[in-house]
Amino acid sequence: MATNNKGRRDFMGMALGGFTALGGIGALYAMKRTWDPLPSVKAAGFTTLNMKEYEDNKLVVEKWRGKPIFVLKHSADIIEKLKKEKPDDLKRVIKIGDGHYTVCIGLCTHLGCIPGFRPETNDFLCACHGGMYDVTAQVTKAPPPRGLDIPPFKIDGDKLVLGEEGPEYKKMLADGITMPV
Amino acid sequence: MKELKILGIVTVFTLILYWGVEPFAHSQMHKHVEGHDFTYPDLPAVKAKGNAENGKNLVMACVGCHSITSQNMPAPMDPVMSAQTYGVNPPDLSNIGALFDEKFLAHFLLDPAKVTKSKHFAMPPSAGSEQDAADIVAYFKSIAPKEVSPKEAYAAACGRCHANRYGHWTQLGDVPKTKSNIKTGVDLDALEFKKKLGIYQNKLADYMGKLPPDLSIIIRARSEDFLETFVEDPQSQLPGTAMPRVGLTKEGYEKVKAYLEETGDPSKPLREKTGPWVVGFFVIFAFLAFLWKKSIWKGHH
Amino acid sequence: MAHFDENARPFSHKWLNERLAIDTLKRVLSTEYWIPKNINFLWAMGMVLAATFGLLLVSGIFLLMYYQPNTQLAFDSVNYTIMSEVGYGWLWRHIHGVGASVVFLIIYIHMFTGIYYGSYKKGRELIWLSGMLLFVLFSAEAFSGYMLPWGQMSYWAGMVITNLFSGGSLHANGLVEWIRGDYVPGQAFLNRFFMLHVLLIPLAIIGVIVLHFGTLRIPHVNNQDGEEIDFEEAAELYKAGKVKESKVIPFNPVFLSKDIFVMGIYFILFFYLVFYHFEFAMDPVNFDPANPLKTPTHIYPEWYFLWSYEVLRPFPTDPGLIAFAFAQVIFFLLPFLDRSPNVAPASRRGAFKFWFWALLIDMIVLTFMGKLPPEGIWSTIGLVAAVTFIGLWIALPIITSKEKKL
Repeated sequence: MATNNKGRRDFMGMALGGFTALGGIGALYAMKRTWDPLPSVKAAGFTTLNMKEYEDNKLVVEKWRGKPIFVLKHSADIIEKLKKEKPDDLKRVIKIGDGHYTVCIGLCTHLGCIPGFRPETNDFLCACHGGMYDVTAQVTKAPPPRGLDIPPFKIDGDKLVLGEEGPEYKKMLADGITMPV
Repeated sequence: MKELKILGIVTVFTLILYWGVEPFAHSQMHKHVEGHDFTYPDLPAVKAKGNAENGKNLVMACVGCHSITSQNMPAPMDPVMSAQTYGVNPPDLSNIGALFDEKFLAHFLLDPAKVTKSKHFAMPPSAGSEQDAADIVAYFKSIAPKEVSPKEAYAAACGRCHANRYGHWTQLGDVPKTKSNIKTGVDLDALEFKKKLGIYQNKLADYMGKLPPDLSIIIRARSEDFLETFVEDPQSQLPGTAMPRVGLTKEGYEKVKAYLEETGDPSKPLREKTGPWVVGFFVIFAFLAFLWKKSIWKGHH
Repeated sequence: MAHFDENARPFSHKWLNERLAIDTLKRVLSTEYWIPKNINFLWAMGMVLAATFGLLLVSGIFLLMYYQPNTQLAFDSVNYTIMSEVGYGWLWRHIHGVGASVVFLIIYIHMFTGIYYGSYKKGRELIWLSGMLLFVLFSAEAFSGYMLPWGQMSYWAGMVITNLFSGGSLHANGLVEWIRGDYVPGQAFLNRFFMLHVLLIPLAIIGVIVLHFGTLRIPHVNNQDGEEIDFEEAAELYKAGKVKESKVIPFNPVFLSKDIFVMGIYFILFFYLVFYHFEFAMDPVNFDPANPLKTPTHIYPEWYFLWSYEVLRPFPTDPGLIAFAFAQVIFFLLPFLDRSPNVAPASRRGAFKFWFWALLIDMIVLTFMGKLPPEGIWSTIGLVAAVTFIGLWIALPIITSKEKKL
């Protein structure tokens, strides 16, 4: 080919290439959207718990977004004990009506195993790597870096809606009590 | 130019091929039915002038079977019981004045079986005279809401016989939100609903001869023309079908169609928005490619 | 003994060259892969096909992420999940559906270009044969894909086509059941056709595409006049800068630039169909879920199978199956049935010219009749066209052996 038109040829080639890349970005956007969670999955991301149903000091496992959720209603003496010994832990407790509840995602913050509840000692032990949590699911023994995460919640009368962010949850986030999930 | 001549030949053969396998073949396979824009010309005009006040008293006979929820008149039986009694759940009458043709309704009250062209009809003639019929229709017109949503139109006109699973609609209404037991995975409420629905559907199938089909994507399974003429007069497209003529107005049908599009072709708005961009992209792409080709081929001929 | 420069920077040109011979590869596969200059846009159909296959592959990958090969779930996974829930799922499905249909239009154009210009003989037999093999594989791919949405057409096409394998009065029902893995098309059938569609056949297609490209390398592509070109001499001329005088051009960038322009025009049409005119590729009947107890009023294959379907249909079962088998294999034999040594456009080959247009028109007539209900005059026309089709192929060796040498 003649060399005198090489400059112009390269320019047109590059213009075409650049324009094609632009289309490629559009296609990548569509592909990215295809990988997104489906609307039905997102819509199913809400779980409503009726908090009246729970008994003192009895752990109940619920499910939210496919993850186990620990719900533990604390008896008055546990709360009294916490007030004296671990006042900071009380910030993790959700108060609904007269009841005090620990509601958290039942997956160890270390590597995601499900810690087991020990009623006799009122604490959690993760059998995978020996992490331990107290009655409010605050970490007491490494390797877990922090207490069990609290899911976004909104208090609605005596119901608790998981998946929605109410003012109480936002305050917890702001105070660094839990992390966004 | 030679290339254009070749392109012409390829294009002509392609178009002939297309014409033969699409428009021509379909015109031979499906008979053409002339629609009447939901005017029901076979029914004579109603001469009597309706009186809504009078109609209100006459309607007391209707609520023996039907509900009019907008006027706080509940159904005497639940849908499943109704189906067991009549074969199908009698419709709620709140918005029929907004959806169905006046003339059709009046004649329907006088002789339902004849007007719907369907033997499968539980409702007996329900107006003593043309005047009574006109009064009742006038009453329904007077209580009709101004706006009826596409889904409400579907529920009123189709929804007691046809489910729409993509719209989460069953013959008993919306699929209820239920929760399964976390320990067993059993969702008793859902099972109970399924059972109720099953009883209803069995009764409905006995009544109609078969279970009327789910209409989730009927909008893509039938042509626009077929759907319109079929809904206007089912016998014109499928002689002998159990489906009754329902008597929608043109506007009422448009509402139903909007709902069918919502469930059967929900990507249409985005498709129509994206189309010009993609096609436009390739127009510019082809133009740039032409310039590039021209610059590369310089000196070759 | 290969020589590796110890001082070459990793991944530098030299480093790569020593390990991958990238310069040689580039020369052999693109910048010194010579194409005759005397060609028209029909020669771009190969690249158009490759691009369409690419679109089918990419859109297929995204459909595969949400499709459920289960008779209970397949229909809704396609028509609900993909079409209304997945972000741009409808786009992938429309591209896939329209692509599957349009790819056959391009294949037919590509084939008839080859027949018209005689690009299947004198060293190019393997190009034709590997191309025909691709045609068969694409047909199998299209058929298996058509099963997957599990609509009425999927089910009944699956029923009818697998019944062909009973061999008419041979009553090989065991074979039919073996193919289906069931007495009727059911779960086993759907699963195995899913496997064929997403794995085995695409693998075979990719392999044969490579073979098809390979068969081109030594005989080179044909040209508009069927002229025998001394490619080495012409290439030397080109490399010496005499591009105007040389009869050849390099694949990259000269031929490619034209290919890409043709592709651009093609994509305008393609995406117009994807967004605004997709019904022809997505039959309404298949939007009714499969019902083993009810056959649709009209059943017909997709348009690209209609001609061979119509060769089968007008005859009684056994002769029909033989005619059908004939139609499936006869195109393979073209290089050997054409007895003329001439490589030239049909317009210069006397009787062959009429044979070519007669075949094309006859196949279009067969295609029309294949979709129409087999009644009255349509049946008669279909029968005549089917007999003509067989007659044309029987006549081919006679016509071509009498052809004058150009």
